[in-house]
Amino acid sequence: MNRCRMVFSGSGGQGVITAAIILAEAAVLHEGLMAVQSQSYGPEARGGATRTDVIIWDSQIHFPKANEPNVLVCLTQEAYNKFYTIIRPGGLLITDSRFVRIERKVDARQVELPMYEKVMETIKRPIVLNICMLGVVVALTRVVQPESLLKVLKARIPAGFLDINTQALELGMALSREGRT
Amino acid sequence: MKDNIKFVQGNEACVEGALYAGLDFFAGYPITPSTEIAEHLSYRLPQSGGKFIQMEDEIASMCAIIGASLTGHKVMTATSGPGFSLMQEALGYAIMTEIPCVIVDVQRGGPSTGLPTSVSQGDVNQARWGAHGDHAVIALTASNHQDIFAITVEAFNLAETYRTPVILLFDEVTGHMRERLVVPEEGEIPLVGRLRTSVPEGVDYHPYLPREDGRLPMSDFGGVHRYNVTGLFHDMWGFPSNNPGVVQGLLRHLMDKINNNAHQIARYNEYFVEDAQVLLISYGSAARSALHVVQNRRPRGERVGLLELQTLWPFPVDLVRERCRAPEIVMVVEMNMGQVLQAVKLGVDDPEKVFLANRIDGSLITPTDIRNILRVIQGKGV
Repeated sequence: MNRCRMVFSGSGGQGVITAAIILAEAAVLHEGLMAVQSQSYGPEARGGATRTDVIIWDSQIHFPKANEPNVLVCLTQEAYNKFYTIIRPGGLLITDSRFVRIERKVDARQVELPMYEKVMETIKRPIVLNICMLGVVVALTRVVQPESLLKVLKARIPAGFLDINTQALELGMALSREGRT
Repeated sequence: MKDNIKFVQGNEACVEGALYAGLDFFAGYPITPSTEIAEHLSYRLPQSGGKFIQMEDEIASMCAIIGASLTGHKVMTATSGPGFSLMQEALGYAIMTEIPCVIVDVQRGGPSTGLPTSVSQGDVNQARWGAHGDHAVIALTASNHQDIFAITVEAFNLAETYRTPVILLFDEVTGHMRERLVVPEEGEIPLVGRLRTSVPEGVDYHPYLPREDGRLPMSDFGGVHRYNVTGLFHDMWGFPSNNPGVVQGLLRHLMDKINNNAHQIARYNEYFVEDAQVLLISYGSAARSALHVVQNRRPRGERVGLLELQTLWPFPVDLVRERCRAPEIVMVVEMNMGQVLQAVKLGVDDPEKVFLANRIDGSLITPTDIRNILRVIQGKGV
């Protein structure tokens, strides 16, 4: 496989770091792949631009940062403004259409999806936005199987919340099929 | 999925290694970026009958582990630069009193409170010279989670073997990033237990009377033997002494037991060193970027190799001198102003061919940084 370098960005508390951990864990524990996940953050627990880097590959990964990601997800305008220029030419830029206004064209496939709106419309719980985002990423990149993500969700998430997370994952996958690009 | 495959932070790999080595007492005060070590041990240790104490500060943490070790436990504390500064006095005490313990310093930017959430490798010389007076220390590091696990086990083994504090110098990048860890089976890595005295109850025990091999068997404090422990220079009974012969003998012993075994304490990894024209010397997270460069440039015909140091102190000077002989350029890759660079320059035959590739802005040095600096040194321009 090709080395898949991803950056998920948003606001602190949106769960982009958790989403990255779930994705990387699925790759390592259930698909026998290598993955490295790291994050940069400031002192605050909520707010501020959060960024997490995930690299998934079938060989040992040494440098742990994705300085030029193939896949970049921006869930807020602040994160978009800060990071959109780092996308690797030919890569995939995923944004939430409610929160991010695309300012400039980049040399990448740009996918704007109403992830937040759909989550609020169907599940009505903003906490699963990150899992919806994972559904989009996995459907568009096929970097891991959705079943592997489900296994990780089952292991990590309290039983009472598993349903809405599963729904969010499916919602994201369905949403990716109708994305405006 | 096998149970022993984990996807964890480096700090958790350290915790797993410590538990594997037999850690049963931890005292600490949380500080970024080491906090996850305390956090995980706060629920892992009680599960296995161990003790976890959150202390009021780092001074107390260090003192608590020294006391617990003396009573027969395998002990550890974890901190970052600012807390490590506070531990120096008690660290010197543990060196003087020869009490095994493991201190983890997950490095962040300094001096002072510096950059709490950013990476640095600025505590290398603090580990060496933070405590006052002549002394020898063991300081180890690692660049990936498998090695963090193994080197943590090694730290406990060396602490018991040499009756000395061992410092683990990790950093924010390896501490916080997640990657795969395969936890070894029980028995896969040999463990060194406490060497206890065979002197029976009721017979005088001399806590500081070395055996013929130089090792000092211990007796659990508060157990069957009564003895004295002091940070003053002391005789074989453990009582203070300013007898010049006793003072000289003890200081020589403290230095020699570490320095004379430097080759046995040296841990390192080598990649394409044999025919290297350019030798990179690195450690910790910086070594990941250096290894990326090596693996990236070799297929393009560039003869670049990497010597990754895991033992920083005692500095493996014989190894470094030998490996630096053939290469035309030696470049030390680290995230400080040249702390290991100085040790390399002191050790090699021709220090003028040794250069520094560093980054000190709180960001992990990148493979591109290393390549650009190398090109400039080679006169190729960026």
